[in-house]
Amino acid sequence: MDVYLPIANLAVNGLFIVALGGLTGVLSGVFGVGGGFLTTPLLIFYGIPPTVAAASAASQVTGASVSGVFAHSRRGGVDYQMGGVLVLGGVLGTGIGALLFRMLSALGQIDTVISVLYVVLLGSIGGFMARDSVREIRAHASGVPIAASKRRHHPLVANLPLRWRFYRSGLYISPLAPFLLGVVTGIVTMLMGIGGGFMMVPAMLYILGMSAGVVVGTSLFQIMFVTMATTMMHALTTHAVDMVLAVLLLLGSVTGAQVGARLALSVRPERLRLALAAIVLVVAFRMALGLTYRPDAIYTMTPL
Amino acid sequence: MKGLFALLCLVMLGAARDPILVPEVSQHEVEVRQGFTGTELLLFGAILDPQGTRAGRDYDIVVVLKGPTQSITLREKQKHAGIWINAASAQFRSAPSFYAVASSRPIDQIVDARTAAIYELGLPFIQLSPIGTIDPDRQVRFAAGLAGMMTDGKLYQENPHGVTLSEQVLYQARIALPSNVQTGTYTAETFAISKGRVVASAIARVQVEKRGFERAIAEFALQYAFFYGMVAVAISIAMGWLAGRIFTYV
Repeated sequence: MDVYLPIANLAVNGLFIVALGGLTGVLSGVFGVGGGFLTTPLLIFYGIPPTVAAASAASQVTGASVSGVFAHSRRGGVDYQMGGVLVLGGVLGTGIGALLFRMLSALGQIDTVISVLYVVLLGSIGGFMARDSVREIRAHASGVPIAASKRRHHPLVANLPLRWRFYRSGLYISPLAPFLLGVVTGIVTMLMGIGGGFMMVPAMLYILGMSAGVVVGTSLFQIMFVTMATTMMHALTTHAVDMVLAVLLLLGSVTGAQVGARLALSVRPERLRLALAAIVLVVAFRMALGLTYRPDAIYTMTPL
Repeated sequence: MKGLFALLCLVMLGAARDPILVPEVSQHEVEVRQGFTGTELLLFGAILDPQGTRAGRDYDIVVVLKGPTQSITLREKQKHAGIWINAASAQFRSAPSFYAVASSRPIDQIVDARTAAIYELGLPFIQLSPIGTIDPDRQVRFAAGLAGMMTDGKLYQENPHGVTLSEQVLYQARIALPSNVQTGTYTAETFAISKGRVVASAIARVQVEKRGFERAIAEFALQYAFFYGMVAVAISIAMGWLAGRIFTYV
């Protein structure tokens, strides 16, 4: 089924795009990540201009996270206070990201920076997740459980001034910590066209030390608002949001997200995490190849 | 008096010798609307001699279909410290967004390089109008890079046997427009070439335009950016919410 994309200016196979959306939707339902880290590179690989891919993937992630947020909030799995602070930071971050994007584009280094970010962030987080899940699977097989490490936030977080109580997260920390975390993910969202969930979830667990029950819901809550801000930012500055592309991606991803949420209940979580780690590492590896071995294109063109 | 006579002779001689080219394009308007997956243009026509009889000489025909030009920055990646980064760049004022050339024989057998450069026949001879100073070697390298990149995307095409001539009167060439062509005015130029000299040329225009829904979306996104963004956000929220509702009751 051929569909013409009016902003990207080319025809694509509609079913392929829906399937791609579905795949990332399943990921978002299962893991609470937006799946943008997979959509954007695959769209670019398919031939869609990078800016259009990043801008349209952002609105897809919004859709996928909305249904996730509803599902989690019914179970009380969203810390709105924490989420609010993260969103504020995130919106500021997208603004900074837009400025950086323009600056790096002018220098001609935007694609290198994006690739390096992908390799570094996905590589390290994927490696980290893989190590953890393998350890858990081993522990499960041998029957010797890993001693549960005491949940605590990073010492740096404890040093920040001005403490608030975040009841649902079970934390008494400075709001500056989640605010800064929000800023960082906002920048990354704007630059890489991803929701930032794959770095948000571990950061919430290991840096902030939030209780596991609210991590996924709150991360989705933040992603939802930050990707909305990103879509607006792209619509206003780059004019690169392709509604037709976004709707196709959404069709797949909102259904995928529901399927994923069910799947998450029936499969053992450590296996799921190993699978996500593998996907993340493959994407990072593919990007690293393009950076070090041979790029897809030696020459690139931008309108003056 | 003598000079005038000579001039008259020359004009008459020229008129008698140079054939007339009657070009036509299968489609003068290409509509880009939903389901557009590219199209094929048939460029055809006839070569006649001024008396209306067929011009029974050995002609070669070259057709060039050119899209709207754009100003671009072309960047080149080089390996530095183990990674490929954009290390060099050049700016061109008139890079065609589409360029297809078809000929009845390979162009280098029809004309010499000088003539090819004058009429922009062939990928190496596209006038890119570099901005600022650029040394010739570098320009050749960048032009080749651009041509290679655009050829991969089927936006630049070179077909050395793409024109078929029948009886030295009718010619035709097929050129495929991929779906990712830019909108605007395209020019289809036809050249009749004999003994290395361009003896006749003619131009036809093709308008490529977005229509209907596609046009509306593209204009909406540019002119009402804020509302466009709001609508995009609203759609994504509505779809996410709807899916959530449906699946709750299923």
